[in-house]
Amino acid sequence: MNRRTMGKALLGLAGAAVALAVGAGGAVAQDKLKVGFVYVGPISDHGYSYQHDQGRLQLEKELGDKVTTTYVENVPEGADAERVIDQLAAQGHKLIFTTSFGFMNPTLKVAQRYPDVKFEHATGYKRSANLATYSARFYEGRTIVGEIVGKMTKSNVIGYVASFPIPEVVSGINAMTIALRKVNPKAEVRVVWVNSWYDPPKEAEAAKALIDQGADVIVQHTDSPAPIQAAEERGLFAVGQSSDMTRFGPKAHLTAIVDDWGGYYVDRTKKLLAGGWKSEDTWGGIKDAMLHLAPYNPAIPADVVATADKTKADIVSGARHPFAGPIKDQSGKEVIPAGKSATDEQILKMDYFVEGVVGKLPK
Amino acid sequence: MSLLRLEPRGQASRAMVYLTPVLAVALTLASGFLLFLALGFDPVKALHAFFIQPISTARGLGELIVKATPLVLIGVGLAIGFRANVWNIGAEGQLTLGAIVGGGIGLAFYGDGGWWVLPLMVLGGVAGGMLWAAIPAWLKLRFNASEILTSLMLTYVALLLLNYLINGPYRDPEGFAFPESRMFEPDATLPHLIQGTRVHLGSLFALLAVAGGWVLMSRTFIGFQIRVIGLTPAAAGYAGFNEKRIVWLTLLLSGGLAGLAGLGEVAGPIGQITPSISPGYGFTAIIVAFLGRLHPVGILLAGLLMALSFIGGEAAQIALGLPKAITGVFQGMLLFFLLACDVLIRYRVRLGARRVAA
Repeated sequence: MNRRTMGKALLGLAGAAVALAVGAGGAVAQDKLKVGFVYVGPISDHGYSYQHDQGRLQLEKELGDKVTTTYVENVPEGADAERVIDQLAAQGHKLIFTTSFGFMNPTLKVAQRYPDVKFEHATGYKRSANLATYSARFYEGRTIVGEIVGKMTKSNVIGYVASFPIPEVVSGINAMTIALRKVNPKAEVRVVWVNSWYDPPKEAEAAKALIDQGADVIVQHTDSPAPIQAAEERGLFAVGQSSDMTRFGPKAHLTAIVDDWGGYYVDRTKKLLAGGWKSEDTWGGIKDAMLHLAPYNPAIPADVVATADKTKADIVSGARHPFAGPIKDQSGKEVIPAGKSATDEQILKMDYFVEGVVGKLPK
Repeated sequence: MSLLRLEPRGQASRAMVYLTPVLAVALTLASGFLLFLALGFDPVKALHAFFIQPISTARGLGELIVKATPLVLIGVGLAIGFRANVWNIGAEGQLTLGAIVGGGIGLAFYGDGGWWVLPLMVLGGVAGGMLWAAIPAWLKLRFNASEILTSLMLTYVALLLLNYLINGPYRDPEGFAFPESRMFEPDATLPHLIQGTRVHLGSLFALLAVAGGWVLMSRTFIGFQIRVIGLTPAAAGYAGFNEKRIVWLTLLLSGGLAGLAGLGEVAGPIGQITPSISPGYGFTAIIVAFLGRLHPVGILLAGLLMALSFIGGEAAQIALGLPKAITGVFQGMLLFFLLACDVLIRYRVRLGARRVAA
């Protein structure tokens, strides 16, 4: 580059700087309620964050004349989360949903700074006057999944690609294993932890490792469709997570646990608009339409589908509890006696594997 | 035979060496302008949302400093090593060890601490980073193992160690088995420097590191040795410089600073030990070091710029709904233009085949 073109470039930069200064401060008057969303993954994960964003879109569709929404995706669970949440609050968002566990303490800190803003944190346990919590009973879906995969496996080994050894994930593994062993007492579950919610290469590696260990059905509690794709490649079955992932493996995809946040987001926003918002904990299940199962793969025999439908109806009616005793942990010790079911608190603190899971829970 | 070829210039212009980062930024802004235009956004508004709006408040400026702090701390240390041809790529692991050791001290004295806990944690953070960097130093000198590979691989060991601890001894006993430590007590938290922001003591450490790095490199005999070893190892050998000592020094220094950065994150803005302490600061700092021309003051500016590109990406997303990927695109363009400018100040582009020398 010679001196002349360089001069031009600098001139261009100066021009841009002037334009920038002139264009400053174009804030538009807002009477609509601003609702913010913070996602841990990209909305293109086609899983957990994608599904939250579907909820946001539903909120826009139903209450679009009263609210505007904003989202920030791919927010790391560390020092950055607090800044993002703070920015949303500082820019006039009055209701902010933070959708990953790692956002708990950052959300709490920001909530203390903005007492007139309402915060909602998904899957955590800390609440305050303006910070509510919400989650779904994902384990209910896992029970139905367990019955289906128990009938579909030939090798009697189910591979489970898991994110973090937290109660939400552990209770899901246990719920599936309990249901699995009811229909197929010989089956066992092998778990690989990837220590991430969204890491497609790692998730695919984990799925392949499980397949190499003999698993012929892959279940996942991570957010990308990579495990489904790995199973499809090997001609095996898989169960999707958070979202209907059929298009990533039409042959492999047996079903998926689909999160439905839209109804909750609409409901909470309506409450805030009507002045009836309260800080509380919501833990909704299939009955509350916070999750459902994706359409079953035609490869699943009709009698298995019928059993799955019955189980779903029983869970909704309360006739069946996913953690009905007797339940034994890996060592054979009875953790839930016969005639009793695990309490919500026991499920929320679950830190043991039940019989039928191979491998140790990291402690 | 190619139509374009690069012909080395005898001597790169000194002015241009310092001007290219500025030029790269200008070109990035210009391309960003076109990019936003092509995406259908008002480019002026978008650039404003990206680069100006985030730092238009005291809080925003504070956030910029908070984000730049680990990048500058690590970048300064790495650059000193890079000058001596010691390629510490594993700052992310050393950062993690700093958080593990320093943060662990905070947890160990939970409930019965005092004013002395924080200084101990800071020392622990530095020591943790140094310890992790000492391994590649020893392997390099003892077995001639490339520190590029060993330090990088140790990063993953460090992350797994963190995962083990956070699911075991470090786990909050009242935390519903979630893999997070307790929140540190006030005695174990870095004090805020500016009220109403998150700027903490770590930022002061970063400034001290910049000053110290500058003094070391330009005003001391050791700095001279580092530069000579980096430029002409053979000459350094003839001069009797102790290369082993420089390997130890640069790795321990960069490791210690990375460890300090890690401690600064957990005892600063995060306030507890979590499974994800750093979104890759140890790696981004390598870019920062080169963007800053391996000069401490340059690194300070580069760290701030890189921090702005991170928080600007979020701000643009909030204000205009720009996709988050735009952050990566901006950082990529910046590096691309920097490297391209570097090529052009070192080489001349000639059209046609090489003329036969007379």
